[in-house]
Amino acid sequence: MPSDPVSAKIVVSGGFGVGKTTFVGALSEITPLTTEAALTEVSRGVDDTSAVAAKSTTTVAFDFGRVTLDGNIVLYLFGTPGQERFTFLWDDLVDGTLGAVVLVDTRRIGDAYPALDYFESAGIPLAVGLNEFPDGERYALEEVREALGVAAGVPLVPCDARDRTAVKRVVLALLDLVIDGA
Amino acid sequence: MNDDPDPILRPFIVTGGRTHPVDQRLRVETLVSAAPAALAAPLGFERRRIVELCRLPVSVAEIARGVGVPVGVARVLVADLLAERLVTIHASVTDTPNVTRELLERIRDGVRAL
Repeated sequence: MPSDPVSAKIVVSGGFGVGKTTFVGALSEITPLTTEAALTEVSRGVDDTSAVAAKSTTTVAFDFGRVTLDGNIVLYLFGTPGQERFTFLWDDLVDGTLGAVVLVDTRRIGDAYPALDYFESAGIPLAVGLNEFPDGERYALEEVREALGVAAGVPLVPCDARDRTAVKRVVLALLDLVIDGA
Repeated sequence: MNDDPDPILRPFIVTGGRTHPVDQRLRVETLVSAAPAALAAPLGFERRRIVELCRLPVSVAEIARGVGVPVGVARVLVADLLAERLVTIHASVTDTPNVTRELLERIRDGVRAL
């Protein structure tokens, strides 16, 4: 094998406050870093200084972590910004991803819909991590699957985002799915 | 009246107002390495900082964080350095048709071994 480093990416998505950064941090070898993406035409902008004045002022922060595997593979985990009005930013973040983890809070299942819609319509391999909060009701997995409206082939994995083993289980379910589709 | 400069405009001053990178291969996770000659090259502040960050391969997202600019700005700066051959970039797994099952399995096995 060549020793040239190779990067890979998984995106971690879901509703606001569902535990994306915690999930990323549970696996990352670094404390999750926050960086900013400038919104709007910045990513598809006109290469002209005169156009800059018309650009929006909004920035949006996203978190990411990294894991070095096997010496020369670096796996990045990128959390999508939580507010669904920013899904148009995701194209850029998601481009080239191996797949997506969508975290679901069983108390607020509907919060996951924009993320599920986005990845399903983009044809991106998807695994659902069911983040069970202590005060949330426990549901049977098939009940949750029905409520989410995800296909039978989508792995649905119970997950505590603080627990490295549980987070690994979700990521492995996604990678197995990606490998099966390769 | 609001006299504050647009917070988005300011970062793009370092790119000469350009918002469009000249190289479309630069994703957030693309790894960037400094060329040996770059460490001795006379460079402005942001470009110098990028070269120093890239002594070991780091991603465009980490560069953005390290320089303190939005990702879009980092991308333009890296694209310039790339055009001047002061940095090189490394492949992402999904860049090319070379995303083999074997490579995907290495990633999975690596995660399993964490």
